[in-house]
Amino acid sequence: MAEKEYCKMISRSTPGPGDGGRTGSWRVLRPIIDNDKCIPAKTGKKSCFNCWLYCPDCVVSKTIPPTIDLEYCKGCGICAEECPADAIEMVSEASQNVEEK
Amino acid sequence: MHHIIESGNVAAATGVKLSRAQVIAAYPITPQTPLTEKLSEFVESGELDAEYIPVESEHSAMAVCIAASTAGTRAFTATSANGLLYMNEQLHWAVGARLPVVMCVANRGVGAPWTVWNDQQDSMSQRDVGWIQLYANDHQQIIDSVIKAFRLAQTVSVPVMVCYDGYLLSHTYMPFEQPDQQKVDAFLPSFTPKHFLNPEEPGNFNTVTLPDIRPGVSGAIEPGYIEIRHNLHQDLRGALDAYKEIDEEFAQEFGRGGNPFVEQYKCDDAACVAVCIGSLSYQLRDVIDSLRQEGIKVGVMGVQMYRPFPDEAIVEALADKSSVVVFEKALSYGNQGPLYGDIKSALYSCSSRPRIQNYILGLGGREIQTQQLMDALRRCCSSPDAIEDTPRWIGLKL
Repeated sequence: MAEKEYCKMISRSTPGPGDGGRTGSWRVLRPIIDNDKCIPAKTGKKSCFNCWLYCPDCVVSKTIPPTIDLEYCKGCGICAEECPADAIEMVSEASQNVEEK
Repeated sequence: MHHIIESGNVAAATGVKLSRAQVIAAYPITPQTPLTEKLSEFVESGELDAEYIPVESEHSAMAVCIAASTAGTRAFTATSANGLLYMNEQLHWAVGARLPVVMCVANRGVGAPWTVWNDQQDSMSQRDVGWIQLYANDHQQIIDSVIKAFRLAQTVSVPVMVCYDGYLLSHTYMPFEQPDQQKVDAFLPSFTPKHFLNPEEPGNFNTVTLPDIRPGVSGAIEPGYIEIRHNLHQDLRGALDAYKEIDEEFAQEFGRGGNPFVEQYKCDDAACVAVCIGSLSYQLRDVIDSLRQEGIKVGVMGVQMYRPFPDEAIVEALADKSSVVVFEKALSYGNQGPLYGDIKSALYSCSSRPRIQNYILGLGGREIQTQQLMDALRRCCSSPDAIEDTPRWIGLKL
């Protein structure tokens, strides 16, 4: 059999932030973490991290306090939905842009 | 190695068993049903160590094969007609994902109106999805093609359809040789696909690609959609050579084969060659013999691989003939027979080209009579000036 190499390309990627490009630009709503309510931030203990666990794009850090990489966060709101402490609020990206300007 | 007398569907099932398919998912549809019934018997009795997954539709059957193949197993399904068309979206997926699935298609006309009888509109209409298409002319070719199909699929990472005429082959009984399991095992070793679901090496498969190339998470440049599709096309063209080699190896081991692309009968000195796909090419051999007795120099050529299209073999076989007659049980509605169009296209670059006539026949199982084929060939041989670039229909009762 000739040693031709077949199937050099498929769409295969490693799971991680940025796998789908700079998806932060898709965001309409921005998650804001209130560290006074966030369980690991409030207690200083490595606990909960539901936001980190549930984020489909792996953009929430497992740190105290957790942080969100807005370069890739699509603003889906799953973290806010899953947070047991109600510590994440989804706010309009438009209002954030105005404040930044 | 021994001969058995069985139906074409059982020939296919036996080929699947000898190929040690690991996952089978199928939904019954006439005339494919006895094939999947036989496979479920093989699995139930323990003769075939496979997972048989009954599904609620053909779309799901192909989805299961896609999942099983992505996990690195040898997957098989079979269908006919509207079942094949119900799979259509998943057929594109299986080939885009480069999964070596093998599927048998017992060719049947497509509704509406309902028909369960044979023509080839079902698989011919799927010629552009990217699957490799092999067509068998008899039971021996069915069982041999299934085994070769698994080898070809895993070699080039492209799924393969093995098509054979419904009823005419699927339900008729013929003697054929059943290859030894040991020899099939040597010819078709187990394999590890280049890409498969592996917990040691997690990956996202076939997620969205962007119009352009882009860096992946690691920073390495990842191909875009068009690069991946170009690679598929290149590999399909490469599959011609791969299949030629596989067929040669099969011929050495099993003593059959050697005509991977086209099978010619009395074509060497023929001025006119009849061309078709499937069992009709064997029916035409009797017609050729009768016409030869009348002194008409005709031959017949069966096309055994339709995709990738073996254009070089077609040109070599037909370029120096004075006329070619393409009989088809399929039609690109509003245009012409698909094989006819492909053959004309292949011959376009030749300095001298045969005149070429298209006949549409046998749709929905309309009986194809020997006399009709003789009349058509006599007409094209005796008055080549009457050959025209419009399909003629055989056996229409208007």
